[in-house]
Amino acid sequence: MAGALELKKGVYAVGALDPDLPEFDEALTPYGTTYNSYLVVDEQVTLIDFVRANFAAELLENIASIIGDRLIDNIIVNHCEPDHSGALPAIVKAYPAAQLYGTANAQKALAAYYPDSTYTFNVVGEGDKLDTGELTFHFIPMPMVHWPDSMSSYLPARKILFSNDALGQHIGSGERIDTEVAKEKLMDCAQNYYANIVMPWGMQVTKLLGQVAQIEVDMVCPSHGVVLTTFLPDIIAAYARWASGATDGHQVTIVYDSMWGSTAEIAEKLREEYEASKHHVNVFSLADTHYSVVIGDLIESRYIFVGSSTRYNHMLPSVAGFLSYLEGLKPKDRVGLAFGAYGWSGESVDDIAAALSSMGFEMKDPIKVQWRMAPEHN
Amino acid sequence: MDTYVCGGCGWHYNGDTPFDKLPDDYTCPMCGTAKSLFKKVEG
Ligand SMILES: [Fe+2]
Ligand SMILES: [Fe+2]
Ligand SMILES: [Zn+2]
Repeated sequence: MAGALELKKGVYAVGALDPDLPEFDEALTPYGTTYNSYLVVDEQVTLIDFVRANFAAELLENIASIIGDRLIDNIIVNHCEPDHSGALPAIVKAYPAAQLYGTANAQKALAAYYPDSTYTFNVVGEGDKLDTGELTFHFIPMPMVHWPDSMSSYLPARKILFSNDALGQHIGSGERIDTEVAKEKLMDCAQNYYANIVMPWGMQVTKLLGQVAQIEVDMVCPSHGVVLTTFLPDIIAAYARWASGATDGHQVTIVYDSMWGSTAEIAEKLREEYEASKHHVNVFSLADTHYSVVIGDLIESRYIFVGSSTRYNHMLPSVAGFLSYLEGLKPKDRVGLAFGAYGWSGESVDDIAAALSSMGFEMKDPIKVQWRMAPEHN
Repeated sequence: MDTYVCGGCGWHYNGDTPFDKLPDDYTCPMCGTAKSLFKKVEG
């Protein structure tokens, strides 16, 4: 239970904390996450986003702690993924007169998700505004950051951008504002979040950053993690770098799984080789590292080397899963290398090489070893 | 029949209007990608 927190005059965080959540959308969340919801009290009361369904009671309590018996007039639905819309049925039941605002894509998805709920939905788009008395919200659709329906909302009078899934982090360890988090943890969590959730949409993120550069913002209220204030410029700069898709020619990510250690030996040999030529190398074994952690590391790596033993004519399932996950994130501008040890057939190396080159990787010569590397190469 | 797939998000165009008859300023209803960035998939 996080409770409500006033962020600026009339603007409150009323969302929920989920510290024990193990993973979100296939990515590990070592600090859990939060489902952020915001309440803006003006002549009219406006709620921005809901929370996950199982936290609806907490959201209702937080709202009541601010407005008591007053009703909610408007609900801005920035995104309809169930981590943000799950509590819709409970909220529209409690506040049946509230007017909902969101994109045309959000309207369709919500109708499918919540056929039993009754509410009034107002479709808004680029340039549309909502007056709530003294304050006015500006809507900024941001398709694919994270889904087609995604939108952010800007409150010029308070210089706040409600950025939904953009600029978020899975930090559910209790901090509410960026200054309460060590900067390194904040940047690591933002990087891991970007890599696993936003990476395929660099073009759309770049467009959004261009729009944000045109407006005055000193506070960003995302849908996950802490509110950004002091470290906002650092996060924006990092997003601009990640969204550009630019990679660092000194960074190498090596990822593998190994049955009897022979493929692991090749990984270590590659590490030595690249470290000797002044590269920064991180090696991950999928036997003890979740693939989302590897993705968090490789966002700026020019070199991505993938290895697997061959088991019954196939790569190991952990490596196949990693490749499938990687492909969805559409990494660009990469150099790949496939490696692996095998007993009698060795298909894994060819299959990894084919998978990486189908993702547009420029490929280095593969390393394929029968049984185990000879000692002079060890 | 040939289908057209958005180069931005992978959405498949399924409309009644043939894809090449759509206006030049047509954009993907899902992600906003321009018509010129759709890819033809032979069917
Ligand atoms: Fe989302
Ligand atoms: Fe989300
Ligand atoms: Zn699209």
